[in-house]
Amino acid sequence: MSIEAAVLTGEPETVGAGRARKRSAGSDVPYRILIGAFAALIGAVLVLYFYSIIDQSIPGWQVAGWHFFYGTNWNFFNRQYGALPLIFGTLITTTLALVLAVPVSIGAAMAIVFLIPRRARLAVSSIVELLAFVPSVIFGVWGYLTIQPWLDRTVQPWLVKVFHHNWPFNTNGSGFGLMLGSMVLAVMIIPTITAITRDVLIAVPAELIEGGLSLGATRGQVLRRIALPTSRTGIIGAITLGAARALGETIALFLLLGALDPNHPFPRGLNSGLATLSTEIVANFGQLSGTKPLGVICCLSLVLMVIVGLTNLAARLVVRRSLQRLQP
Amino acid sequence: MESTTENSTMENSPRQSAATVGIDPSIVSMVDAIPSNAPVVPVMRLKDVAVSFNGKVAVRDVTFDVGKNRVTSMIGPSGSGKTTLLRALNRLHDLTKSAVVTGSITLDDVDIYKGGIPTTLLRTRVGMVFQRPNPFPTMSIYDNVASGLRFNGIKKKAFLDDAIEHSLRAAALWDSVESRLKVAAATLSGGEQQRLCIARALAVEPEILLMDEPTSSLDPVSTQHIEDLLTSLKEIVTIVIVTHNMQQAARVSDDCAFLLMGEDRAGELIEFATTEKIFTNPTDKRTLDYIQGRFG
Repeated sequence: MSIEAAVLTGEPETVGAGRARKRSAGSDVPYRILIGAFAALIGAVLVLYFYSIIDQSIPGWQVAGWHFFYGTNWNFFNRQYGALPLIFGTLITTTLALVLAVPVSIGAAMAIVFLIPRRARLAVSSIVELLAFVPSVIFGVWGYLTIQPWLDRTVQPWLVKVFHHNWPFNTNGSGFGLMLGSMVLAVMIIPTITAITRDVLIAVPAELIEGGLSLGATRGQVLRRIALPTSRTGIIGAITLGAARALGETIALFLLLGALDPNHPFPRGLNSGLATLSTEIVANFGQLSGTKPLGVICCLSLVLMVIVGLTNLAARLVVRRSLQRLQP
Repeated sequence: MESTTENSTMENSPRQSAATVGIDPSIVSMVDAIPSNAPVVPVMRLKDVAVSFNGKVAVRDVTFDVGKNRVTSMIGPSGSGKTTLLRALNRLHDLTKSAVVTGSITLDDVDIYKGGIPTTLLRTRVGMVFQRPNPFPTMSIYDNVASGLRFNGIKKKAFLDDAIEHSLRAAALWDSVESRLKVAAATLSGGEQQRLCIARALAVEPEILLMDEPTSSLDPVSTQHIEDLLTSLKEIVTIVIVTHNMQQAARVSDDCAFLLMGEDRAGELIEFATTEKIFTNPTDKRTLDYIQGRFG
């Protein structure tokens, strides 16, 4: 019943309630405006960002054309704009990093939550969180100074010998390249995935774990069949965040990936050098002249954004499908 | 004929004795007529059981026998150690490093804490239903009931199908879920979820079913369903139930353990007897006070 109607029918109690309601609604308005403005601000930044980057990339598309997506000849200085090797480089480094990082991270998170004694848990957790906050340039320098010489002098010669120059260790590397980049990338994203997976596993209700144990399950069975499935949404989220960090990683990979071989734009093996979308952006950004090269750089940025966006979307779809599986 | 007479005297005598000690007759009338002639066979025996956490005693001095195919209730005010004691019976305290259980708890004369029986096997023989329904959220109704059997290595579909129908029927849930066994368990109502958890526990065919206030989160109608269920369930399984609700203990149980928090804040067993005796003619003054609602 509206306030006017209540006044007309003359029901004193309803009128009173109506006034109280009006007052409280009034006090709500500034709050609504404030949070609405914040939400609009985020939307505005996003729209502005996409507008400017699309706008700036137009000269780039005019130069590169569709060739950008299928051409394999990437050479920025010679104005060869086939970016497929870069797209491939971004995807392959991230994929390999995830292959290395996901099992380690989930295992580490499970150990932190279910295996390590309670007293040690805090220490281990803190170290993992600390690692997640280390700036990527530090990982890059560490890989450059420590891992690269080790790979170059010890690991790669041995692997090449063991594999008799067969794929994927078919080239005599310099230490720099796909293997080094993916390894350091994995080390960088392991703390992120571990920390989030740990939080998700801790949130599994004790009553579910006790429910499983009370049916005669071992702790391992409870972990695999109850704790992990219950947390899969969160774990997929953790992996997505790790993937997003890996896809966009720039400076560490710039230091570690070596050089793109123009004769072999796609890496021939794990020891080969390569480039990614983000490393090419940073490699060429300081040496720009004219709107057309800048446009090409903006094309790279746009494609990178789309890849990250699609990864996020894919993760959401996986989550939704796994949630829907059980619906009627 | 004989049994009828016996029942009627049983109905009458508790009320009369209750009236003499001043207990609300409405509670007493709930006490079931107990099949008094059947000899009580102890299936689980507790002797001087105590549970402590970090050296602090939570419950102690507990000695009683759980009779086969009977419902044993544990009553007492909050903090009296009912749930702590119940969780000792299937070694759920093993999860807590600081928990120590002393005394002896035997299942068919085997001490469950002295390595006589693997913990996982013990928990299939002594199942548990929890305060809040806890169906596994990622599993369907079918998979929930099958989970205990699968944990124990049973994969044969025909066997599982059979066991699941049987368990769901025993939990009075089959008729309402038969057509939607593959649906997520979370779509059931609270009362149905709790019956699902009972079916899940029954599927591994335990000898004893522990129930920790199984109706405390349910509405009155669902509570009624579960209570009705207990009476039929005790033909296939021995039940130990913790309840806050005295009327419930009076309605469903055959034997009753009354626990109370002592002066040092540790719970202890005050009295164990048939439910009829506890509610009509308790030995200990404190039991009488509790039954009469003087504290708690």
